[in-house]
Amino acid sequence: MGSTAAPSPRLGIDTRRTGVLFALGVTTVEDWAVVAVVGELELATAPKLRQQIVTLVGDGRTRILIDLQQVDFVDSIGLGILVSALKRVRGRDGQLVITGPKPRVRVLFDLVRLPEIIDVYDTLDEAMDAVRDRPPTPTPTTGSERTHG
Amino acid sequence: MGEVVLEIPARPEYVTLARQVVAAAADLTPRLRDERIDDLRLAVSEATTNAIEAHADLSSSERIVIRCDLGEDRIEVEVLDRGPGLDPAQLDAMGELTDAGHLPSERGLGIPLIRVLADEAEITSSAGGTSVRLVVYRRPQP
Repeated sequence: MGSTAAPSPRLGIDTRRTGVLFALGVTTVEDWAVVAVVGELELATAPKLRQQIVTLVGDGRTRILIDLQQVDFVDSIGLGILVSALKRVRGRDGQLVITGPKPRVRVLFDLVRLPEIIDVYDTLDEAMDAVRDRPPTPTPTTGSERTHG
Repeated sequence: MGEVVLEIPARPEYVTLARQVVAAAADLTPRLRDERIDDLRLAVSEATTNAIEAHADLSSSERIVIRCDLGEDRIEVEVLDRGPGLDPAQLDAMGELTDAGHLPSERGLGIPLIRVLADEAEITSSAGGTSVRLVVYRRPQP
């Protein structure tokens, strides 16, 4: 929720002050596109994440890390978008991982057995340590970065 | 104890309001445990999402009704829509959350989740709309 979400230093967004319900920010760490999500991932907001993934893959970014550490709520629509993103990235021989789900979100992931199909890490550092040794994807990367509110 | 009734337009941005209201009601004394409030919040979100999607093809401005009955021993929530109704065969096919094959698909998790999260869940559907009734008990059931 915008009223309860913590400030996002990385994105420069204070969701408590601005009332922003949902925001996305893309940064690059090594050759991974890190998509930081702020807010709730549900019917009204999940399509924005879908569009961000479509844009990234269209730009040739096929190593994508979705950072959920500032996501307070995920429902089945949000889960569907994550599965859709995985299919889209793998369709380009790419890789997608998730990092930082809060305990309640992690409970949902475990309930639907999401970690059986997507690698889920507790922290960004842990994720980067794990993926650093993976072979690079064959598709080239570009440096475009976008932010949606 | 009391009843809260909420009518919302069938628009995605109102799902947040629906789950906020129900979660706030569940937070009243005697309040549910935090994890059960989370379960109820997600179940209501799923039911409201289904209701909004059921209205997608309607030209009318029919609203979705969310009725929250606060009992001494339980909270009962009913989500009513005026959509075209669910095909019973489709409803049966949604099965349980533990059934293999749910996750690789991008849709169809909502009703299985409701069934897992609520202590009781009943879905009644006809050509005039769908009712999703879910119950969460204040104390764990044996």
